[in-house]
Amino acid sequence: MIDWAPLILTFKLALITTFLLFIISIPLAYWMAFTKSKFKPVIETLVSMPLVLPPTVIGFYLLIAFSPANSFGNWLNEWLGLKLVFSFEGLLFASVLYSLPFMVHPIQSGFANLPVSLKEMSYILGKSRFTTIVKVLLPNIKSSLLTGIVLAFAHTIGEFGVVLMIGGNIPGKTKVASIAIYDEVEALNYGAANTYSLILFTLTFSILLIVYLFNNGYLKQFHK
Amino acid sequence: MIALNFQKKLIAANGKMLLSVETLIKEGSLVTLFGKSGAGKTTILRILAGLTQPDSGKISVHNSIWLDTQNNINLKPQKRKVGYVFQDYALFPNMTVKENLEFALNKEDNSNIINHLIEMVELGELQHRKPFTLSGGQQQRVALARALVQKPKILLLDEPLSALDEEIRYKLQKYILTVHKEFGLTTLLISHDVSEVLRMSDLVIELNEGKIIRQGPTNQIFNYQDLSAKFQLTGTLIQIIKQDFIYILSVQIGKDIVKIVADESEGNNLAIGDKILVSAKAFNPIIQKIG
Repeated sequence: MIDWAPLILTFKLALITTFLLFIISIPLAYWMAFTKSKFKPVIETLVSMPLVLPPTVIGFYLLIAFSPANSFGNWLNEWLGLKLVFSFEGLLFASVLYSLPFMVHPIQSGFANLPVSLKEMSYILGKSRFTTIVKVLLPNIKSSLLTGIVLAFAHTIGEFGVVLMIGGNIPGKTKVASIAIYDEVEALNYGAANTYSLILFTLTFSILLIVYLFNNGYLKQFHK
Repeated sequence: MIALNFQKKLIAANGKMLLSVETLIKEGSLVTLFGKSGAGKTTILRILAGLTQPDSGKISVHNSIWLDTQNNINLKPQKRKVGYVFQDYALFPNMTVKENLEFALNKEDNSNIINHLIEMVELGELQHRKPFTLSGGQQQRVALARALVQKPKILLLDEPLSALDEEIRYKLQKYILTVHKEFGLTTLLISHDVSEVLRMSDLVIELNEGKIIRQGPTNQIFNYQDLSAKFQLTGTLIQIIKQDFIYILSVQIGKDIVKIVADESEGNNLAIGDKILVSAKAFNPIIQKIG
């Protein structure tokens, strides 16, 4: 029988990451969709970096930055009591950073594709920016929100390089499913590796399938 | 009194254009902004609503200042309380007809007005439908009703009727006239349809390339008050044929093409594409039942 801890850890990590990303990404995506600031290209580039950078590079720099051996990591440790290397909190931070574009991009394009007149009309009707976002804009980009949530969730499940660098491979603490698979293969336990893989494959397949069904309207008959 | 005086540089189809507007609009009047597309009509409404900021100028409405670029005053759209019907209506797709109206209602206001407005524009049966299931004319009525929920003093209509066919258009013109009177509104309407302007408005402001070129009472601008004619139709000249001493003009009026005769003095001043007013006395018309 396989050890369930890596799978549970993976889903716990993915759930919390997705939740945090959802909260961070709505204001960030809103800003990126509507700002005329000259810093926009810089911020856009930074948000998109995880798409192109090898995960090990991100992991490496995070490891250096958070290491208690240097001043920043030391400061975090002493003042906030945060130890971000080889800990769950560190994994969480790295995952949020690493999956950021997968949440931000769909929401940003959702905002950008809405007719500007909806926002303007809400202002004319006396509503604040916050009310406008919550009552008018977000309800009309539901499918973008769903896409963002699912991509971020699935992407966090699939990460390997970043978590290995920053989290290490501590059973029950930072050993996620993708690392467990690698471990089992190295130990020539193909059976266990196959079980982990199959579970991940089936779950991610089902999640993506549900999103595409939803976004193409096949599920309308059920949720209406 | 609404006093407008502002300037804004715009990028128009044929290069840069300076929008420069200075005019006074009396309370309670129904004013048409008339002119070719790209003349700056929509921008004027947007500036009045606070959606676009002019480069410089002043706007005061009933003695309160909405905009004064010298003193850095620029009231937010939320504070201006104008009713606005956009060209694309901007109904909120996630809300039903009634919810669209309810969204516009301030918490402290009485919700009776919603039912009153729904009745007024005859949307009772459609009130629980989503906007995308409605026809253009129905959506237009929802947008008009929603614009009135907050009982604005000023109503801005950006070519609200241009996408509709003649019959519905006529009906909606009546709705607009009704609400204009009942709510004691000052209404600014954008239109480039002469017959609509004649039917609806007291005053016309004609714009060309960002400047006001004419303004005044509708009948003076279109210069028809001294005709004692009984039939008046407006149309577009689509063909001029010269035959001996007369001209035969083909005029498109609504969906129909009408051929009329003009003498030389009339025909020489006309060119294809001109908007013209055709009128006739009531003597001896031929009347035939067609349906």
